[in-house]
Amino acid sequence: MTGETLHHAPGPSLQLLTQEIPVLIVDDLSKTYADGTQALAGINLSVHPGEIVALVGGSGCGKTTLLRLIAGLDQASGGCVQVDGETIREPHPDVGVVFQEARLLPWLDVADNVGFGLAGLTGSEHRGRVVGALERIGLAEHADRWPRELSGGQQQRVAIARAFVTIPRVLLLDEPFSALDAFTRRDLHDQLLNLWGEAKPTILLVTHDVGEAVTLADRVVVMRPRPGRLDETIVIGPARPRDPVAAHHENAVRRVMAALDRSLRPAAAHQPLAPEDRATWW
Amino acid sequence: MRQGGRVGLGLVLPLALAIGWEIAIDPGLVSGRLLPPPSRIGATLLDLAASGDLLMHVQATLIRVGLGFLWGAAVGILAGGLVATLPTLRWLLDPSLQALRAVPSLAWVPLFILWFGILETPKVLLIAVGVFFPVYVGVSGAIASVDRKLIEVGRIFRLSRFGLARRILLPAVLPATLVGLRTGLGLGFLFVVAAELMGASEGLGYLLVDGQQFGKPDQIVAAIFDFAAAGKLADLVLMTLTRPLTRWQDTERESL
Ligand SMILES: Nc1ncnc2c1ncn2[C@@H]1O[C@H](COP(=O)(O)OP(=O)(O)OP(=O)(O)O)[C@@H](O)[C@H]1O
Ligand SMILES: [Mg+2]
Repeated sequence: MTGETLHHAPGPSLQLLTQEIPVLIVDDLSKTYADGTQALAGINLSVHPGEIVALVGGSGCGKTTLLRLIAGLDQASGGCVQVDGETIREPHPDVGVVFQEARLLPWLDVADNVGFGLAGLTGSEHRGRVVGALERIGLAEHADRWPRELSGGQQQRVAIARAFVTIPRVLLLDEPFSALDAFTRRDLHDQLLNLWGEAKPTILLVTHDVGEAVTLADRVVVMRPRPGRLDETIVIGPARPRDPVAAHHENAVRRVMAALDRSLRPAAAHQPLAPEDRATWW
Repeated sequence: MRQGGRVGLGLVLPLALAIGWEIAIDPGLVSGRLLPPPSRIGATLLDLAASGDLLMHVQATLIRVGLGFLWGAAVGILAGGLVATLPTLRWLLDPSLQALRAVPSLAWVPLFILWFGILETPKVLLIAVGVFFPVYVGVSGAIASVDRKLIEVGRIFRLSRFGLARRILLPAVLPATLVGLRTGLGLGFLFVVAAELMGASEGLGYLLVDGQQFGKPDQIVAAIFDFAAAGKLADLVLMTLTRPLTRWQDTERESL
């Protein structure tokens, strides 16, 4: 772990220092697809251990592209991604992914889907982890069902459990709830935070839902399109779990909305914040 | 209950025809010379069974179908798998195989006889050719259309090439492979008739030829009946053996 390298660091603030080492670093990342589409240009982002960062932006602005590069599923055209100081070239064992669709394996039952990515455990450890995860997402009694016998929300929960059960350090979520209704979504927000509370993985969450971003994230990063780049960052103050009807919640939603609005205006009319200003928000 | 009723309904028409035919022939309303009544066909079947001939003929036919099916299926699975996973091999082989597929398989008969004589080899080969193509097409098509999204799940969990093949590709292509095998088995029975018609001293096809040459329509119908039974039985065995493998599927395979 990163703590090791700091072992000789002097001073009383070791704890603080450890937390300040980002677990995920995106450095000047750009991506141009084979057909010439410039999807990302000069993306810089660092995320600290245990942080939840939400990524919002208009459709086609490159959010999925960014997650796929971080996941190591696609290759960048320039710049690099580091997880735990290791440059990502292919999927990394410490990085988990939940896609927009559940992507369950239809020939495995729910329990086997949850345990699909677990490796190097004894039979009973394996079973224990899977059962634990199933209980926490409230699907224990459906352990031996086929995926096709689950509702969309239940399938997505299985996909989330499948990602959490390997205890990744970094978890990438690409609009995991966008296909679900508002009630199911709120339910899953709670369960996501429950699961997160155990090992506190770093989460990068792509979402179209500003309310969701403000409910879950420590900060919300707005992306602007063509080519995709990061725009403003809005820090969300209070600790979780948050009350979605509280005044500061609405306030934060409004701030994100305003930033989104600015990001969608043509670049010429756009007045970027001065770098110093932005720095204070982080 | 309801399924029993459905099966019963399906039996009404053939039974009615059989009984009607029997009744019409009995008082001499129609001549049963070219189409014997069910009772005579049944008697012929019993005679054949009692003398042990039936078993011999059925056995000969099943062995040919079985051998041809095994060869055709094995080569089909192998070729389909290789062609779908190795692009170079696909560009090399697939056009030729598709061209060969366009040849009606019975057109091979004269060539096979010329090459291999009229004994077992050309028969098994003809059946194998018939089985090969549906299996080949099924397997290569299934591998080519495996959902890229599921493969990405495997990549995220860092499966090795072998792990990816075993845990994602194999289960994903199994249903289409089984459909190919089933079609292949059906074609195997189609081609065994052709193979045995081209000259055989035993087998259900021999019973057909023999019945034609010696004017025994009851034997012909009895052989047809046995073909139907053997084909259905083989299909049932294949389905039963493979059902556990595709239990997860949505389709009502049984009702096919
Ligand atoms: N495989 C690809 N080949 C070429 N262009 C692509 C490819 N994938 C994405 N793009 C393009 O890259 C840009 C960013 O796409 P991306 O999927 O990352 O957007 P997104 O922000 O995730 O959008 P959405 O919110 O609709 O999911 C788009 O203009 C898209 O058309
Ligand atoms: Mg997307």
